[in-house]
Amino acid sequence: MIELWRGLEPRARGLIAMLLVALAAAPLAVDRYLISVLTLVLYFAYVGQAWNLMMGYAGQLSLGHALYVGLGAYVAALLWVHFGIGPWLGVFAAVLLAMVFGAVVGWLGFRFGVEGVYFALLTIAAAEFTRIAFDNIGFTGGSGGLFLPYQQERLGEWWNLRGGQLLFYYVALALAAAGVVVAAKLSRSRLGYQWLAVREDEIAARSLGINAFRAKMTAVLVSSGMTAVGGVFYAFYYNNLFPAQVFDIERSIELILGPIVGGLGTVFGPVVGAFILTPLGEGLIALTSRLGIDAPGAKAVFYGLTLIAIICARPNGVWPWLARVLGLKERSP
Amino acid sequence: MIWSIYLGVVVQGVLTGLVYGLMALGLSVIFGVVRVVNFAHGEFAVVAMYAAFLLFHTLGLDPLVTMLPIAATFFLVGFLLQATLINSFVGRSEHEQFILLVGIAIVILNGLLMLFGPDARPANLPYAFDSYAVGPLFIDKVRIYSAVAALAIAATLFCFFRYTATGTAIRACADNLTGAAVVGLNVKRLYAITFGVGLACVGAAGALMVTIADAAPTLGPAYTLLAFIIVIVGGLGSMAGALVGGVLIGVSEALAGFIIQPSMKSMFSFALLIAVLVLRPRGLLGRRA
Amino acid sequence: MTALLTIDRVSKRFRGLLAVDAVSFTVAAGDILAVIGPNGAGKTTLFNTIAGVLAPDEGTIQFAGERIDGLSPDAICRRGIGRTFQIVRPFPALSVEDNVVIGALLRHRDVASARRHALAVLERLDLIDERTKPAAALTLPDRKRLEVARALATDPKVLLLDEVMAGLRPTETDRIVAILAGLNRDSGLTIVLIEHVMRAVMALARRVLVLHHGAAIAVGAPAAIVREPAVIQSYLGEEALA
Repeated sequence: MIELWRGLEPRARGLIAMLLVALAAAPLAVDRYLISVLTLVLYFAYVGQAWNLMMGYAGQLSLGHALYVGLGAYVAALLWVHFGIGPWLGVFAAVLLAMVFGAVVGWLGFRFGVEGVYFALLTIAAAEFTRIAFDNIGFTGGSGGLFLPYQQERLGEWWNLRGGQLLFYYVALALAAAGVVVAAKLSRSRLGYQWLAVREDEIAARSLGINAFRAKMTAVLVSSGMTAVGGVFYAFYYNNLFPAQVFDIERSIELILGPIVGGLGTVFGPVVGAFILTPLGEGLIALTSRLGIDAPGAKAVFYGLTLIAIICARPNGVWPWLARVLGLKERSP
Repeated sequence: MIWSIYLGVVVQGVLTGLVYGLMALGLSVIFGVVRVVNFAHGEFAVVAMYAAFLLFHTLGLDPLVTMLPIAATFFLVGFLLQATLINSFVGRSEHEQFILLVGIAIVILNGLLMLFGPDARPANLPYAFDSYAVGPLFIDKVRIYSAVAALAIAATLFCFFRYTATGTAIRACADNLTGAAVVGLNVKRLYAITFGVGLACVGAAGALMVTIADAAPTLGPAYTLLAFIIVIVGGLGSMAGALVGGVLIGVSEALAGFIIQPSMKSMFSFALLIAVLVLRPRGLLGRRA
Repeated sequence: MTALLTIDRVSKRFRGLLAVDAVSFTVAAGDILAVIGPNGAGKTTLFNTIAGVLAPDEGTIQFAGERIDGLSPDAICRRGIGRTFQIVRPFPALSVEDNVVIGALLRHRDVASARRHALAVLERLDLIDERTKPAAALTLPDRKRLEVARALATDPKVLLLDEVMAGLRPTETDRIVAILAGLNRDSGLTIVLIEHVMRAVMALARRVLVLHHGAAIAVGAPAAIVREPAVIQSYLGEEALA
């Protein structure tokens, strides 16, 4: 990690340091509502980063990533509710199961040459299939949902993610930061370069000795495992899980918007994207209620229009443009 | 007597499947020719459902009749949409197209939500509960009419692509884009026509669907997925494939909903999609790439 | 000199079309062999069977004493055979340097040392000044040299070049020929090249193999080959022999 820091130019170091300090000190300056918005921003920055590794670097489009969030959430929640096993331990099982599912999806796709849109549809089918399955399985609570009980006496057990808003804020901040570090390390590693090669031209990559199947599988495994950790956070933050919500294709779409808007294949893209989109969504709710427009869906219409505008104006994402404006140089492959 | 119940379910599935097939036909045309991943496909269908619903409730016009003007309007919308916004996204990466169409889908879905509210709106046709007695079966009139209409439109489309100059030109674009451009075909205009034709199918299908299902904004994503499943199972680039795929999915969902449980009816469709993607990507009737 | 690469009666069929017809030849270590022949003669198909893109229907291919027919393209590269493509395939969004780094990462697992090796290769291929440009922004001659540089960075024992001179002006052709001849001279790199540009063939190749309708019709020194009646006939037809 030290080499990463040393590799940055002073300007970048300054900006990152300022951002971290600002985020760490935020609870002192802003109210609870904004902290909850920021928590959401950081959560999406993290899961968006996990998805970005698979898509932005390895070039594999997954539109069913909610599958891994849901699996991570349910595994950790079930272990807690039925066996009293805390998330600090449950996260390992969550990651493992998500990686198994990821391996299956990856194997089906890569072994049989399912690419591009077809692979994306495969991921959607896997998520939908699992959603319906969970809706009908008894011990996970079925469509009625799984609830984490409120236990007053347990508040303060931070390793069990039992606590107030602040606990979850700092956990989310830690996750987002960790996500950035992982992305930075991987993007400069041998594996990261192999991913880029496979993304750009798989045939050429193979002619250079790269085992494309293994590279892609590794991408899916890393991405699904990382996403599952976000799922564990989700379960203990919201304390209730419904298959129709957590596995839904809307969740899958939601978590990929940030990286695409921010900038695929860049380390800070998902972070920038999350900082743009989540407050935009929340702000639009506030704006429409302030203007007295009481129509449900008004916020989402503006949101959709913003997406269209961004993808037309800045198809490579906002971060590469922003970095240029700030005079930074992120190697944006 | 039990077999007649199953047969009834199957027939129901076939008839509904033909209407789904018409909707999927629109996607097959758009995805197969223009190669745009139309993730707003289902949302357009829902708009058509509402349009037919409105025309029926305000003017008393039967959707089977308003199907044609709705289809014509959708043709125009598709033509304009492609020529203006979507054309610059043709040939760009899938995720960019995806975001554009998802944005459009979100706008449509929530626009409908704002206009009509979240409740499902049924078009209460006067003959909605009539049925024909065929042997031991009772088949809903609405389903037969809409299935026949779907087939009629599909047949018209088939003739268009096979026997007209424009239709042949469009098929040329799908086969070999560079060749088509080199021969002097106005690809941009042909793409716009194709998108218009595709959306016209969706418009007609949506109008027909409101006779058998209630209009609700949230149906959009489900119909989009359904269209993709049908197109892939049936085979991209094959018009018959879209209809056959529609029938297959219609029957399987009807049977699955009846035998297992209504909430699980889509599970089989998704499993089928995965199987086709992995084992026979060109689908049942698709051309070998 | 020992035979490094042995192609023994290799055939490849595509649903009724016999693209490669029982072709046999050997390449010794340090040799430069040119494969020529009219269009459609099966040259690239032959290359693709050696490079692992296709598996031969009949015959065997041996490299450094081991059979390699049927192996995947990445396995073949790991064994020590590098290749370029007839229509170049750079990694468009990546810089010239990163393109070659990816090649270098095969044998240099540490990114920093791979980068050093890549820069040395770029220097050799006269591309060092373009190293930060995105590959998509290069001119065709530069892309061709990038293609060679990238394959070269994998430290191959044999380099398969597929029409690398196509579309280049004579001065650029001479430039690449000089680079390749230098590599062969300095490091003993074995080169097998498909080529239509006779200027390059005559300047570079020590031996020439001629394919026609998928079959090998002649093999020998360049000067002798171009006077061989069967070769002239295959290119120019019966009348040319008269």
